[in-house]
Amino acid sequence: MPLLSGNGSLKYLVEVSGLTVKAGNHTALSGVDFAISAGEIVTIIGPNGSGKTSLLRVIIGALKPVSGKVQRLENLSIGYVPQKLHIDPTLPLTAARFLGLPKRRPKAELAAALAQAGVSGIENRPLQGLSGGQFQRVLLARALLEKPDLLILDEPTTGLDQPGSAAFYQQIAAVRRDLGCAILMVSHELHVVMSASDRVICLNGHVCCHGTPEVVASAPEYRELFGSGTLGTLALYRHDHDHGHDDCDHTHAG
Amino acid sequence: MITTTGMMIVTIPMLDDFVIRAMIAGIGVALAAAPLGCFVVWRRMAYFGDATAHAAILGVALSLAFGVSVFIGALGVALAMGLLVTSLNGRGFGMDSMLGVLSHAALAVGLVAASFLQDVRIDLMAYLFGDILSVGRVDLAVIWGGAALVIILVGWRWSALLMATLNEDLAYAGGINPKREQLVLTLSLAVVVAVAIKIVGVLLIAALLIIPATAARPLVRSPEMMVIGAAIVGVISAVVGVQASLVFDTPTGPSIVCVATVLFVLGNVVGSWKLG
Repeated sequence: MPLLSGNGSLKYLVEVSGLTVKAGNHTALSGVDFAISAGEIVTIIGPNGSGKTSLLRVIIGALKPVSGKVQRLENLSIGYVPQKLHIDPTLPLTAARFLGLPKRRPKAELAAALAQAGVSGIENRPLQGLSGGQFQRVLLARALLEKPDLLILDEPTTGLDQPGSAAFYQQIAAVRRDLGCAILMVSHELHVVMSASDRVICLNGHVCCHGTPEVVASAPEYRELFGSGTLGTLALYRHDHDHGHDDCDHTHAG
Repeated sequence: MITTTGMMIVTIPMLDDFVIRAMIAGIGVALAAAPLGCFVVWRRMAYFGDATAHAAILGVALSLAFGVSVFIGALGVALAMGLLVTSLNGRGFGMDSMLGVLSHAALAVGLVAASFLQDVRIDLMAYLFGDILSVGRVDLAVIWGGAALVIILVGWRWSALLMATLNEDLAYAGGINPKREQLVLTLSLAVVVAVAIKIVGVLLIAALLIIPATAARPLVRSPEMMVIGAAIVGVISAVVGVQASLVFDTPTGPSIVCVATVLFVLGNVVGSWKLG
């Protein structure tokens, strides 16, 4: 394990407390506490504009919070797969050159990462000529090159069809088996979330509810956000849900 | 003409010929514009380049008014404009309309400011369209010094600049601050603008950045090759443009841009033929 940072020891890879983030004049997140441990799979769900991407951007250091504390393990290696990456057609870039940014790496290392992400042999293809699924896997391969302790994926299957998306999640599961890294992802695909995550965080400007998939799926906050239509596959998990959420001072739409 | 600088600088007979000096100056600017021009194209900063270049005319007027070097004045105002645009970016203005406002306002204010200079006779045409045939030895030193600075700066930050260009969040995740890289580009752009005024003038500087890079694009497969291709197109344009302007008695700066445009068309025709 890498050295610990901050005052005293940090139990988690990343620990966020009392986080408030603004996007322009709009408060994207307020009072968010969050932590992820080594090897854990945590999924963030929430409607559009609920601050999911903002939370990820704070964790990777792209967004400065207005208030709150963000602590990372020292030397924590983060692999990041952005939601969408538009590469301007004027920028000539092969998959191999892209993987070699910002630092060049040996060919064998690139080939291994591509194989691990499930797209062998596309090193010399221009990025603009790849299909959506191939491109997402190249992004995954790039994140894997960092030998991440924490792999962060922001809606990684946006734009993929159902089989493509299912195959991509299987790939991520395989990656985690091989590397044992923690995974933090944003996903809209609730069936995937519910089957693959250790913990789910339901976000809507603040943490609405969190816990194991079963707990979240039966939380009234979750039902109000996502309706009960998506719960068909989750009926098995339903259980009594009797704790309160008095700390949430908001009203849910719907 | 007897110059004092001629005695201080080692006399190289070749540089006595104004045509040779013009070509060497053009080559220097082309080499500096190549890497920067690629970033301008990749990042869709064409109008940003225009605004920075147009602001330089105000710098020219100010430096003539206060008796400082035109290079310093143009560099300072171009840099100020670059920083202003960067800081306004993402504050709710439409980027293209804001650049349109700043770019033309800078040009207009510069022209008005120049008209106040009654003591100094200012040849506006020379600053608007360049005066490459009057390049002296000191100009050559300034141009090549500026070009070297830009090439070293962009070469040093190359990978980080590419990352910041690809995606800001990916850059942050990799420990690169894209804001700092943007600053490197803004500074380099101001330097290129300041050294290129003499060559093509403020109105055509953006052409020297964008056309060679765009001409090279269809023929290359890597960012590095695109820079080299842009440099080759730029150098050919400078050499052929200067010659052509002598043969046909045409203005030199615009002639250089015309040659670059012909190469752009050729590059695209060859590129589509290669792919087709």
